Amino acid sequence: MSKSRSRVIAGGAGQAAEAARLAAFPREATMGTVARLLEDERVLGSLLLLPTVVLLGLFIAYPFVKGVWLSLTSATVGDAGQFVGLGNYVKIWNDSIFQRAAANTFVYTGLATIGKLALGMWLALLLNRHFRGKRLVRASMLLPFIVPTVLSTFAWKWMFDPTFSVLNWSLYHLGFIQTRIGWLTDPTMALGSVILVNIWRGMPFYAITLLAGLQTVNPELHEAAAIDGATGWQRFWRITWPLLLPVTMVVTLFSVIQTFADFQLVYVLTGGGPANATHLFATYAYQIGINTGLLGEGAAVSLAMFPMLFIIVVIQLWYIRRVEGA
Amino acid sequence: MDRMNRRKFMKVSGSAAAVAGVGIEGILAARRAPAYAQGTKLHLLRWNDFVPAADEVLAKQMPEASKALGAEVTLERINANDLQARITAAISSGSGPDIIHVLKNWPHLYEKSLADVSDVAEALGKAQGGFYPAMTDLCKVGSAWRAVPHAIVGGQIAYRKSLFEEVGAKEFPKTWQQYREVGKKLKAKGYPIGQTAGHTFGDAPVFWYSFMWAFGGKEVEKDGKTVALNSKETLESVKFAVGFWKEACDEGGLAWDDSNNNRAFLSGTISATINGASIYVESLRNKEKYKTEKGALMHTDILHAPNPAGPAGVFHLHAPFSHAVMGYSKNQKLAKDFLRWLHGKEQFEQWFVAQKGFSVGSTTDWEKHKMWEIDPVMLPYRTAARAFRLYGYAGPPGRAASEAESKYIITDMYAKAIQGMKPEDSVQWAESELKKIYA
Repeated sequence: MSKSRSRVIAGGAGQAAEAARLAAFPREATMGTVARLLEDERVLGSLLLLPTVVLLGLFIAYPFVKGVWLSLTSATVGDAGQFVGLGNYVKIWNDSIFQRAAANTFVYTGLATIGKLALGMWLALLLNRHFRGKRLVRASMLLPFIVPTVLSTFAWKWMFDPTFSVLNWSLYHLGFIQTRIGWLTDPTMALGSVILVNIWRGMPFYAITLLAGLQTVNPELHEAAAIDGATGWQRFWRITWPLLLPVTMVVTLFSVIQTFADFQLVYVLTGGGPANATHLFATYAYQIGINTGLLGEGAAVSLAMFPMLFIIVVIQLWYIRRVEGA
Repeated sequence: MDRMNRRKFMKVSGSAAAVAGVGIEGILAARRAPAYAQGTKLHLLRWNDFVPAADEVLAKQMPEASKALGAEVTLERINANDLQARITAAISSGSGPDIIHVLKNWPHLYEKSLADVSDVAEALGKAQGGFYPAMTDLCKVGSAWRAVPHAIVGGQIAYRKSLFEEVGAKEFPKTWQQYREVGKKLKAKGYPIGQTAGHTFGDAPVFWYSFMWAFGGKEVEKDGKTVALNSKETLESVKFAVGFWKEACDEGGLAWDDSNNNRAFLSGTISATINGASIYVESLRNKEKYKTEKGALMHTDILHAPNPAGPAGVFHLHAPFSHAVMGYSKNQKLAKDFLRWLHGKEQFEQWFVAQKGFSVGSTTDWEKHKMWEIDPVMLPYRTAARAFRLYGYAGPPGRAASEAESKYIITDMYAKAIQGMKPEDSVQWAESELKKIYA
């Protein structure tokens, strides 16, 4: 009791002296308050998080919320429009071009992802071996990924050119074809061609990431399996694949998101044609929103991919957690 | 060239605009250029012209305009494909170029964001013999002009004289049926007609809309609401197109963009294609580079002709270009003064002559210009704009027409049939799409 009282007295005298000192130096008074606030972990934590929250808010949350709002309005370029509820979604749901674009996007994403995974894995396994010039090959493998997409896509456009296709010229002179192949003129071939270019461009990303994963696999596991008489395929399936699975799932997750929302490749190669055979969500959204000025409807087309993408991502993340937990 | 001073600038712009409204009259009466605040800038955004010489003329005109106006006029040029993205961004943010080069029926599309330029447009039209009706319909939205018509890139068929003569066509076919028959012979010789049916903003609509109109097909009735596409005439045109494509055309055209036909023509793989005069202009620019299979200079073997006639007549969808003053611009008066000057006879003439017929004037007076006497190959472009019809015919060229065009509904109606869909089904598909748009 007396101890606490003396502390109060001492504290009282000390506080008076401190108050006098702070009155003489007001800046220090402020600093003291700030310093005291910063000592609180919750305040400090919030402050440190603030820049990230602001950045995420400005560049992710705001555009997303704005996009959602636009999709619920009849906004056009230069006109904020009126709230129309789900009107835009109903309209695009009944739009045959949108239906075609949705189907194309799934086919495009599915086939391109399988192609990139298969070829990327194969390339990674090859590059994981020791051979002369390995570093040079690894570096050059990244070229399709490094070259700006628009530039490389223009090169492919020339290769697929209906009149001057170097591919057709080569195949013809090698005796493989008698008439030219309509790489971008036939609807099925056109979709196949854009998928092919996507695989070519995305494969290095898979290969280099899987290669990094492969290098963490302990070689002794393979040696032990080999001694036990396991074949190459058995070693891959029983050792490499399970150990690579978490990395593979993460790479696939990124790739699916990027491929689903792809724009520039199709925009440059076909513009969504012929007769909408290669339209994707993104290219159709651009056509509606920018070329026609229907911002609300364009936003609805763009956001229509969100629930589908969300489901795919949730399933993949759930699977990754399950694999990692196992 | 004479040096341009402020007085001359205003005199030229004033005389060109004749009775250009209270603003310019006041300036002329005062015999002084308007006093714009020091440091005032005027930003003009245009496309990269297919005729570089014309862009050079414009570039030279900018410093003259700057000096005379007392404000810095800057010219920025970008790819035509990127203009709409820039316009959308500028309008949404309320900042950007003061004047933007607008194509097609964009004055209707961006009506609410464009300044009223009726005083400038009406005076210019009066002073230069009147705008072609299509240009008025494109730029006048309701009672107000939302852009000042500048020029029209005419579409005509460029064809190889020698190849046509070899298959017995001494002159260009007058009807689509004749064109198909000649094209069949040309394709058999290895020189098909080349036309795009792909998703490309210029040549595809220019060809297929005109084709549909020639057969009497139309998107909507005059009321601009009742969809009238599914008609006997449209169906006939689609059936004809399927045969025409298989018998006479390069079937790779389904994937062509606006540059493919130029390359194919100049390399001698096709015999004819609808186009602005860019093929001919390029063959003149690089005479030694482009030769026929017999070694003759390519430009000596090129002629132009209007579209053949269908049962309903001859029609063309050309590429119109106008200048719009942006609603957000703080320099609208300055922008209008500048447009009076730029579109005035003296300045426009320099640009028009540099175009050599690739672009024609938006008013009828320019059909009489001496430039047309220089090169007879370009003569068909002289009156090309008389057959100019617009998207959304027989209704107005409004937003719905724009949506149908940007979704390539008409082009795809033909493309689907060419790819094997029953003509009846492709017309029905296009009709149902138009009904959703015009609903």
